[in-house]
Amino acid sequence: MTIPVVTILGRMTLAFLAAAGAITMFAGHSLRQIARPPYYRQQILRQMLEIGYYSLPVVGLTAIFTGMVLALQSYTGFARFSAEAAIPNVVVVSLTRELGPVLAGLMVAGRVGAAMAAEIGTMRVTEQIDALTTLSTDPFKYLVGPRILAGILTLPILVLIADIIGVLGGYVVGVYKLDFNDAAYLRNTLDFLQFQDVFSGLVKAAVFGFLITLMGCYHGYNSKGGAQGVGMATTNAVVSASILILTFNYFITEAFFAR
Amino acid sequence: MKIPKISLRGVTKSFGTKKVLQGIDLDVAAGESVVVIGGSGTGKSVLLKCILGLMRPESGSIKIDGEESVGLSDGGRADIMRKFGMLFQGGALFDSLRVWENVAFGPIQSDGMAPAKAKDIAIATLGNVGLGPEIGELYPSELSGGMQKRVALARAIARKPEIIFFDEPTTGLDPIMADVINDLIVKCVSDLGATAVSITHDMASARKIGHRIAMLYDGKLIWQGPVGDIDRSGNAHVEQFIHGRAEGPIQMQVRKL
Repeated sequence: MTIPVVTILGRMTLAFLAAAGAITMFAGHSLRQIARPPYYRQQILRQMLEIGYYSLPVVGLTAIFTGMVLALQSYTGFARFSAEAAIPNVVVVSLTRELGPVLAGLMVAGRVGAAMAAEIGTMRVTEQIDALTTLSTDPFKYLVGPRILAGILTLPILVLIADIIGVLGGYVVGVYKLDFNDAAYLRNTLDFLQFQDVFSGLVKAAVFGFLITLMGCYHGYNSKGGAQGVGMATTNAVVSASILILTFNYFITEAFFAR
Repeated sequence: MKIPKISLRGVTKSFGTKKVLQGIDLDVAAGESVVVIGGSGTGKSVLLKCILGLMRPESGSIKIDGEESVGLSDGGRADIMRKFGMLFQGGALFDSLRVWENVAFGPIQSDGMAPAKAKDIAIATLGNVGLGPEIGELYPSELSGGMQKRVALARAIARKPEIIFFDEPTTGLDPIMADVINDLIVKCVSDLGATAVSITHDMASARKIGHRIAMLYDGKLIWQGPVGDIDRSGNAHVEQFIHGRAEGPIQMQVRKL
């Protein structure tokens, strides 16, 4: 009975390695095409708008409630040790290092990654990608490259805004509900904040932006069949991007902060 | 003898264990219109995609103007693509762009033409397929199937290609619209002096737009000859196909009722 188990494990391992290889090659080809002209500036700008500007409401809402709940939750714990003064610092460090980039990343993966996979997947199954090629336009340059580049450039900006909104959420709860002195709250926030806290979060954001757009494009580009194939591509894009975000988050944290 | 515009030798392509093309030999002379007929799923689309370079054949040679095109680099491929125009079966219009932007896509994005000039060309080309300038401002989803086909035809010919491919140009159209499209294809091909390769299973269309017909069956071209000879091919497979008989040497992969 052990043989079927080994067979299944082997098959899964092979499938995983094949997918990892295919994605790596896809990513490599995309990055090479980004570096070479022609550059479709209009496409890049449109994608930056799509990924960044239109994600602001959902990311902003996520950030403000996260900041608020962080302040509230840490108060219930820290008050027991009379350590309330550490709350502004806990809020800002948690947000900039971890929650800002990860939550924004997951939200954008759901919003933008899914839309990309659906759009490119539909273009694939309706032969629009083949049509691009016959019009001497490389789909990697025209479709994939601008999306990935926009993801890398836009997510850090989005996360920086999310950080600020999140701190504001913590500030609102701290000052109006927990009776902090407003000037003291802000001073405590800024005094303990280090450059590396924000910087590591922005590096994460850029990596997540790359992963989200890469997964959206990869799964869309390789979708097969009709509506069902596009649906599957959309699901796969969101699931794989989310898992990759959480995995990479750990390793980037380790690279920055593990001593 | 002149070099054929397109020359295929021993082209094979398979998907997994399914051998779709098993050694295709075909020459198309400059200015000639060849129609490849065959049943659904016999590999007609695969054959076109191999010639276009959208798929890479496993073996064999495909020469365009005497130049080998199998295994070209991206740059060389783009140069050859410049000679091609393609009308896709479903139109494959870019649904995020207006009709005129679709037609002007090649001139603007690939040839770097100024949008204003490209728009003039797009509107003139739309006129050639019988569509007015007001259609140019619409989106493809706002058009009927026949109009989408015409826009797709306009996009295929906008860059004045030397070789045009037609993938089932009349499928899904009513007989009258199908004939309109056939007429447009004949006119556009002769106006441009282009070489044309079409695939279809619509015999009326094949007779109208082709100079020469080739029949694809079981991964091979089993018959080819001038369009006038199609009715006396002496080939049982061709006979069955052009008369649309269920009985004959070609057996459909369906269970008997």
